[in-house]
Amino acid sequence: MRRDRTPVILVAVAALLLATGPFLPRWAMFLVNVSLCYGIVVLGMMLLMRTGVVSFGHGLYYCLGAYAAGTLDQVYKVSDMAVMLVAAVIATAAVSAALGLLLRKYRDIFFAMLSLAFSMILYGLLVKTSALGSSDGFNIAAAKIAGIQVAGTAGERYVRYALTVLCALGSGAFMYRYLRSHMGRLAEAIRDNELRVEYMGASVRNVIHVNYVISAVLAGIGGALAAIAVGHIDPEMAYWTTSGEFVFVGILSGTGNILAPFLGAFIFETIRSFAYEYSPNTWQMALGITMLVVIMFLPGGLWSLFTRWRKAA
Amino acid sequence: MSQILAVLIDGLIYSSWLFIIAVGLTLIYGVMKILNIAHGSLYALGAYSAASLAGYWINHGHSPMGSYGALLVAAVLVGLVAGPIIERGLLRFMYGKDEIVLVLVTYAVFLILEDLVKLVWGVDPYFIAQPYGLLGNFSVGDLTYPNYNLVLFGTAVLVGAVLAWILAKTRQGKMLLAVIHDREMSAAMGINVGRVYFLTFTAGAMLGALGGALTAPMISVQPGIGAETIVLAFAVVVIGGLGSLPGAALAAVLVGIVRAAAVHYRPELDLFSIYLVMAAVLILRPKGLFSAQEARKI
Repeated sequence: MRRDRTPVILVAVAALLLATGPFLPRWAMFLVNVSLCYGIVVLGMMLLMRTGVVSFGHGLYYCLGAYAAGTLDQVYKVSDMAVMLVAAVIATAAVSAALGLLLRKYRDIFFAMLSLAFSMILYGLLVKTSALGSSDGFNIAAAKIAGIQVAGTAGERYVRYALTVLCALGSGAFMYRYLRSHMGRLAEAIRDNELRVEYMGASVRNVIHVNYVISAVLAGIGGALAAIAVGHIDPEMAYWTTSGEFVFVGILSGTGNILAPFLGAFIFETIRSFAYEYSPNTWQMALGITMLVVIMFLPGGLWSLFTRWRKAA
Repeated sequence: MSQILAVLIDGLIYSSWLFIIAVGLTLIYGVMKILNIAHGSLYALGAYSAASLAGYWINHGHSPMGSYGALLVAAVLVGLVAGPIIERGLLRFMYGKDEIVLVLVTYAVFLILEDLVKLVWGVDPYFIAQPYGLLGNFSVGDLTYPNYNLVLFGTAVLVGAVLAWILAKTRQGKMLLAVIHDREMSAAMGINVGRVYFLTFTAGAMLGALGGALTAPMISVQPGIGAETIVLAFAVVVIGGLGSLPGAALAAVLVGIVRAAAVHYRPELDLFSIYLVMAAVLILRPKGLFSAQEARKI
């Protein structure tokens, strides 16, 4: 049996990104930053998919995290990135713990639909909240971190970038450990056969609830970081198409490894930014076709290409 | 008083619209167990084709009354072209997969069709308002409504009645119910299940397109209308109980009235109210209002 080198790769890539960050051109830095935010969200989706449930409403937490961060800046004039992240974590943990009480009883399409309804409720509220900019949203400017004022726009950009890399590293490491813990291992068992898990004495609902909260918090962190990186938030982040994209990237990446979501998110964001540039009216079509190909020929996602290749070797 | 009346009338008009769109979705789910996100694109395709066809008809100096025919023809054409292509070309290879995977497959189709619409019609909005005003108005008290709304209401009732009749009285409908009840058993009894699926999907697609075609005169037809509409249709179908025809009708009325009330009394709660009802119903009755009759659901 080959040793699992995932933690080594994770740390190495993070260190590489941190070191090369200052030398990257602006667009590349932004691209890496945004894909890592996305990757953190999809990491949470992966956990849910491993548990056998698909949420079509994770935009709720993505948006909630972003708005928790944004509201601090806009309304309370607290523009400290660390405080914003903490606020996003608290808000998403609280809301998901409450909604999880309901969702834990649902499976399959009903889980997807109820989570969709919750995210559309937030969307409907935000679109009509003029204090938070209604459907236009608002700009946010985060210039401090843990009380320290960052000097200059280039420095600010690097701090945002480094913060995202560190959060991605932290989430990845956490997920790696979690999937190897008692609870983490139960996830896949539930997907395979819920009834047997119950017979063995574990509570399926508890596991689903906990995993739901974890994935929601990750989506919140991703949302807050994306808000800080982009500098603008709007209710579209809670719209169902955003949630659909998360599911899409989750399927594209596959659930085999914690690195898969980051890789999938990076590919997705790269395609998106170039397609926006060169062919804004066909990029969704390309996504759709890719998705069909993956579903038909690569049910384990892109990551299964690696494992296949490794098995062959 | 007149405000309550206005809520009722607005609500019923909105319900009719919702029902026409949701009924195709619930039909497809009932028979094929596919929650078809691409229904939103079929709606958009219907709206765009109707706008083009009716516009062409009127611009070429034909009688404006004929534009209603053009709307209808557009819907039928979209259903007959897109339905078979999607079902025969793609979905039939997917039967037997997980319900949630099927949702993702139709999501992929949705993404593809969204861009197809942009490629064919561009991103600028289309307007085809003539059919909306052509039929004159009707008044209730001091409220005036275009008669076109009656067309919408009539169509909804007609569609519901015809479907109910087909299911209850015709040979095809009974075969359909058998397939819903037990697919394998009905195949063993000699029912061509593939053909039933094909017909159902085409009919459902046509209904989605019809919804779009009838809406085209009332809105500006632009990118994004499919995405906007499909979540509303989801709400209706899920509230009614997936696959239930009477459920869809009741849910459409419920959502329609609630939304009209929200618009009149608390406009800031417009969209919010719909999804609140959806969440509330799912929490109280996890499988929707009309989920008890498992066997006879369509």
